[in-house]
Amino acid sequence: MNSSEKVLIKGNYAIAQAAVNAGCQCYFGYPITPQTEIGEYLSGKMQELKRGYVCAESELAAINMVIGAVSTGVKAMTSSSSCAVSLMQEALSYAASDELPVVLVNVMRAGPGLGYIYPAQGDYNQAVYGGGNGDYKIIVLAPSTVQECIDYTYRAFYLAHKYRNPVILLADGLLGQMMEPASFGEYPYPEIDNSSWALTGAKNRASRAIYSCARDEKKQIEHIKNLFKKFDLISQNETSWEEFKTEDADIILTAFGSMTRNIKAAMNVLREKGIKAGCFRPITLSPFPNNRIEELAKEGKDFIVVEMNMGQMFKDVKYAINGAAKAELINRPCGEWLSVEDIVSSVEKFMEKNYAASI
Amino acid sequence: MQQVFSIPKSFKEDFKYTFCPGCDHGIAIRLLAEVLDELGIQDKTICAASIGCSVFIYDFLNVDSIESPHGRAMAEATGVKRARPDKVVFTYQGDGDFASIGLAESMHAAFRGERITAFMLNNTTYGMTGGQHGPTTMMGQITTTSPTGRNREYYGYPARMAEQIALADGCAFSARVALDSIPHINDAKKAIKKAFQVQLDGTGLGFVEILSTCPTNWHMTPEQAHARVRDDMTKTFPLGIFKDTTEE
Amino acid sequence: MGKIIIDNNKCKSCYICTETCPKKLIKKSEKTNRLGDYMVEFNDPNGECIGCAMCAKRCPDLAITEVWR
Repeated sequence: MNSSEKVLIKGNYAIAQAAVNAGCQCYFGYPITPQTEIGEYLSGKMQELKRGYVCAESELAAINMVIGAVSTGVKAMTSSSSCAVSLMQEALSYAASDELPVVLVNVMRAGPGLGYIYPAQGDYNQAVYGGGNGDYKIIVLAPSTVQECIDYTYRAFYLAHKYRNPVILLADGLLGQMMEPASFGEYPYPEIDNSSWALTGAKNRASRAIYSCARDEKKQIEHIKNLFKKFDLISQNETSWEEFKTEDADIILTAFGSMTRNIKAAMNVLREKGIKAGCFRPITLSPFPNNRIEELAKEGKDFIVVEMNMGQMFKDVKYAINGAAKAELINRPCGEWLSVEDIVSSVEKFMEKNYAASI
Repeated sequence: MQQVFSIPKSFKEDFKYTFCPGCDHGIAIRLLAEVLDELGIQDKTICAASIGCSVFIYDFLNVDSIESPHGRAMAEATGVKRARPDKVVFTYQGDGDFASIGLAESMHAAFRGERITAFMLNNTTYGMTGGQHGPTTMMGQITTTSPTGRNREYYGYPARMAEQIALADGCAFSARVALDSIPHINDAKKAIKKAFQVQLDGTGLGFVEILSTCPTNWHMTPEQAHARVRDDMTKTFPLGIFKDTTEE
Repeated sequence: MGKIIIDNNKCKSCYICTETCPKKLIKKSEKTNRLGDYMVEFNDPNGECIGCAMCAKRCPDLAITEVWR
């Protein structure tokens, strides 16, 4: 599966094959629904290709195996879901401080705690703000289609190695389990030279040590500042989003991940009803497209955030709007996806409340 | 005159140990360096360091190293080896790291028969945090968190890792050694060499448990601490080779 | 006939070597290091050192950097 030919494929398999195409040399994982197919697919594929595969004893072990592998300069990844991604937060903090290109796929299920396998988007905060200790930032990409699962898996490996920063691909159970037509194409990014830092044995050079232990206070202050400077650069270069019909819109529906599909459909229904709705959808949840949201808000456009959690992205949108426009949340904590009808009727209520005179 | 002892080449220039006086980490790392020199593998070796006093190994050895979160050195070593099977990979851990918080990673690396080499320094306490009760604390031993001594009721029994690891099918070599005397130091070096040899031969995990002193937290002089290793510790933790596939 | 070299910057005054030397040629000296501990010194006026290197092998700080025989 390495051509422009369209194939009907499940999201989890698409992510797995995209990782293979991207040159992922090692996969380490532990089963958890709804992402188990990624490990199942790669267990056979990696052995066939004589690459690294370990059915790890835990998620703790899995992500630390990834750290070990990427510290030698190769591409490697793990995948998991929500409650098990919680177990990986310590390692993400280490990897961010160590500037290691860890790629982690989180196919979200519902929380908190064990939760269940129905869909949800409750890991926005966990991914964007992190559950690990200290000041660090992770790049977070949120696909909304199976095609994007492929495209953003490629991008995840590229960004991880380009910036030496962990990347989370934040998908959800809906995407992981659905089948859609998609094409793989070729891995579209250049290979990054890791030879200046990778651990390959101290041959004809001084030894290298990758560690986060910070005995020198001044150096640590510099180190953290540099990590954040790097993230500023990532924000400048890599922040991405998608928008539709925002030019003439009065209100902008905002969602991430697979909820994007429903707000696009709701936008069309609302337009048919005479409500000038637009769509805005962050692709990188971290770095977040603050500036673009602020611009749109300053044009007087109100934002309606639609998400399957208790308003995790909502607060970031409000922060970006910075009082320049109204913001409303349409949400459900987990379970059955908010339907197009749910969204349309909630938007209509919002319009009645705020624009009664103009309708 | 002929030079019969010198600093191993695998050390960094101008290194200086930061361990407490009388701590056996220094001897263990020297033996490791001598073995790396003798096997000629320093330039293709990668170390997974751990958390605890053992973490600073990368300050001393001229070997590429990655620091692992507490207990995860065996997982990181597994990742390194799977990514670069042509490299020699070892972990250097304390008993808290290897036998307590990292027990799952340690045992499963042994079950899988990872082609890596693991060293666990057993000083019967958590040294860096000031001498708390740990997985290898001996019965009756007083620590800051076992103020009346380790007892059956509250703490249960110490873990004997060299025996446990030897039980794993994937283990190719497992031994327990001590550093309290010249004969024991000589035996320790032989064991360390074999633990690397099984990795080079690709036969499985090589493991050495090294009984070590912690004079600071034991509140003993260095020589008293070594006497304790010799007279007390070896009763709970008998020295010996528990598995050696190189002789089969 | 042998000799040893002691690196005073590495010695932490644990005195293991003073016990280990079979000829008792290493002794606690009057000189102190930065920590105020009395360092050890090698004193072999009669050429008794046999270069066995036992002191170096037991030194936890690699402060005995060379042994000659």
